[in-house]
Amino acid sequence: MNFTTSLKSTSTGLRNALRSTLFGVTMAGFALMSTAAEAQQTLRVVMHSDLRVLDPILTTAYMSRNHGYMIFDTLYALDADLVPQPQMVDSHTVSDDGLVYTFTLREGLMFHDGAPVTGEDVAASIARWGTRDGMGQVLMSFVDSMAQGATPNEFVINLKQPYGLVIDSLAKPSSNVPFIMPKRLAETPSTEPIPEQIGSGPFKWSDAEFQPGVRAVYEKNTDYVPRSEAASAAAGGKVANMDRVEWVVMADDQTALNALLAGEIDYWEQPPADLLPILSANPDLTVKNLNALGFQTIMRPNTLNAPMDDPRIRNAAIASVNQKDVLDALVGTPELYNICGAMFVCDTPLATNVGSETLTAGNGIEKAKALLAEAGYDGTPIVIMHPTDVASLRSQPVVVAQAMRDAGFVVDLQAMDWQTLVGKRASQASIADGGWHMFVTNWVGADVFNPLVNNMVNGKGKDGGWFGWPDVPQIEELRTAYATSQSLDEQKALAEQIQTIAFEEGMYAPIGQYFVPTAWSNSLSGVLDGPAPFFWNISKE
Amino acid sequence: MYVYILKRVLAAIPVMGFVALFVFLLLRLTPGDPAAIIAGDTATPEQLEAIRTSLGLNDPLAVQFFNWISQLLRGDFGTSILSGKPVIELIADRMEPTISLALTTIILSVLIAVPLGVIAAWKQGTLIDRFVMLLSVLGFSVPVFVIGYLMISLFSMQLGWFPVQGFRPIGDGVGDFFHRIALPTFTLTLLYIALIARITRTSMLEILGDDYVRTARAKGLPETRVLMHHALRNCSVPIITVIGIGFALIISGVVVTESVFNLPGLGRLTVDAVLSRDYPVIQAVILLASLIYVVINLLIDIAYVLLDPRIRYA
Repeated sequence: MNFTTSLKSTSTGLRNALRSTLFGVTMAGFALMSTAAEAQQTLRVVMHSDLRVLDPILTTAYMSRNHGYMIFDTLYALDADLVPQPQMVDSHTVSDDGLVYTFTLREGLMFHDGAPVTGEDVAASIARWGTRDGMGQVLMSFVDSMAQGATPNEFVINLKQPYGLVIDSLAKPSSNVPFIMPKRLAETPSTEPIPEQIGSGPFKWSDAEFQPGVRAVYEKNTDYVPRSEAASAAAGGKVANMDRVEWVVMADDQTALNALLAGEIDYWEQPPADLLPILSANPDLTVKNLNALGFQTIMRPNTLNAPMDDPRIRNAAIASVNQKDVLDALVGTPELYNICGAMFVCDTPLATNVGSETLTAGNGIEKAKALLAEAGYDGTPIVIMHPTDVASLRSQPVVVAQAMRDAGFVVDLQAMDWQTLVGKRASQASIADGGWHMFVTNWVGADVFNPLVNNMVNGKGKDGGWFGWPDVPQIEELRTAYATSQSLDEQKALAEQIQTIAFEEGMYAPIGQYFVPTAWSNSLSGVLDGPAPFFWNISKE
Repeated sequence: MYVYILKRVLAAIPVMGFVALFVFLLLRLTPGDPAAIIAGDTATPEQLEAIRTSLGLNDPLAVQFFNWISQLLRGDFGTSILSGKPVIELIADRMEPTISLALTTIILSVLIAVPLGVIAAWKQGTLIDRFVMLLSVLGFSVPVFVIGYLMISLFSMQLGWFPVQGFRPIGDGVGDFFHRIALPTFTLTLLYIALIARITRTSMLEILGDDYVRTARAKGLPETRVLMHHALRNCSVPIITVIGIGFALIISGVVVTESVFNLPGLGRLTVDAVLSRDYPVIQAVILLASLIYVVINLLIDIAYVLLDPRIRYA
């Protein structure tokens, strides 16, 4: 027998077709068996990134914040109208002089290890958060002391002077969120990760199933006592309807798309814009923007390195940019972006377009040229850091660089990966020593929607300022005034002044607001709007 | 032979030492700061310094290297800077998908590619030969991710035979294991068939013209025996080499295939660690990959002796 004969004898078409069909049926059977048992119990989710750092106070990473919302709880939380509502707190009183805040915790609050939540836990948690978070640091500058009250479920803050944003601070919705953790964990230095994942939130952490870069698993906290109010963004009753929530990491967008279409996952937090038409066309899926404030993409100059140390040069760079060009390159679909010059985000109480006319109208090239001439720009190359590995950050530097070239700048667009940029932007070195002039990044709207949380209007300079380090004492005075303001009208007026000065100084420029819809299976109901993805309130048919 | 193996094992020690030093220095000289990655956007310089200190990144390089080597010699690969998990645990979690994919791919590839290569050589110049060569060119030319997406589109999305993505350990059920590993295996197998079939064909063509093959045929031996026993065995050295290197390549990580099929293998662990500057993880996986290459090369050399008695090692 030779090989040809052998091959011929085994290659009967009919037999192969039968085998293929039987094989297909068997494989489909495997698939049904493996998913049916779990489908009603488990919510499978693809998040925008993988969870690495488990301490939401140590880092500002949004994945760590999202993890925090799963297992920890907060004293207050913003509802869908951005109004702070009590969450762990049952009630609070303020002394007549405005210096003493006494909070009473809800009954039945327990950590996942069975211990009750006490005022001591709260005091330690707020203190740790206050060492890391910008708004927390401002709050702490007003705090004289914090301690458990007369009973274990009371917590008292004594202020040095009245501060109008105590509740707003405790309701801060995005990184860093003031999550409450057991005192023994909260006493961990804020530069080290907490050693355990014990919170009092609606889900428990499954440490044994955690595989960094692969999946993170949460189980329903059956002891959690939700508030009676309906869920609204981060506020209201956090009713966990799912037994398990699995965050599955998928490095490839096409794979995530296929998995959602095939029903292998239920929810995709941030599908890329170019795949949205496919998702929207599928009648079994819902595609919706859950974050009304969206994202703000920004350009940030470094005020330390010449010629960007000159506000006129910084303003020339800002004037050269047209938000529409940036957003067309970044998003493409006009329905998913908003030309918005408000540093504190459009559609918020503090929104104002003052100072941003050229950005939104796209008519600033002549102004930019005039400013360059006035400042005597000598053609020094402007180093713009260009992260090429992050889809949401790689197009803006190219557009900004071209706009600046059109205005007369010489631009050195330096390609690098995002983590190199993260390391490099912390450097205050000169250009000759590897420094930089500008970078672009994105913020969740809730992280920039008032002067205290918005890092870019921090005017503390090299000592306490954010990367780029503008030194603008007048801004700091206004931010302090904002912190002590007692009315929304006063806050609006101060925010407008801050934005005016920030543009005059060229501290930064918002170069567009955009929205990233979420896609989920129609078998889900109760998906909440909010500045972060929330997985309570969701049910699965 | 045993002396040779011992010599090779001993020779691997300085190689591994050099790799360790090289990887360590390369990572420290690469831009990027794990502390800045951990701390996020709002960390002050003081906080960054505190995190660097707590991670030991402010120690002199020599001290950091000594600490790491000391840990290694105690069998401790350290802990991930980001997740805080032991590195050995992270690697162990990723080994099963990677080894599974390597074994299924290599076994299937050899079962298909070697006979194809033999037939192509035996029927040189015929349609069969041309078909095998066409298959080989296609296997080399079409990117793996294209093959992967086509496989998913046809077998998962259209026919619904296989899941789109994911991995199930064999301990969770043999059926589910093969159900999920099948498509990535088929995808990589196309590439390896192209490689192994071409090498087999070339090696066979050299052998089939030799006198001893003519003699074997003149003796009246069946053609299958001539091909498989006399010819194939004598040209197995280059085939084994390619198979061995191919196996090592998959073990070291096939990040594109792993990403397309969402397999949690070593390739993705490596890339994720590099992008997040997770030094202990990067160092460990590169050392491991080097060790795998050293061991597989040694096994290939030993296989030479078993397959070709003419080869002798001092």
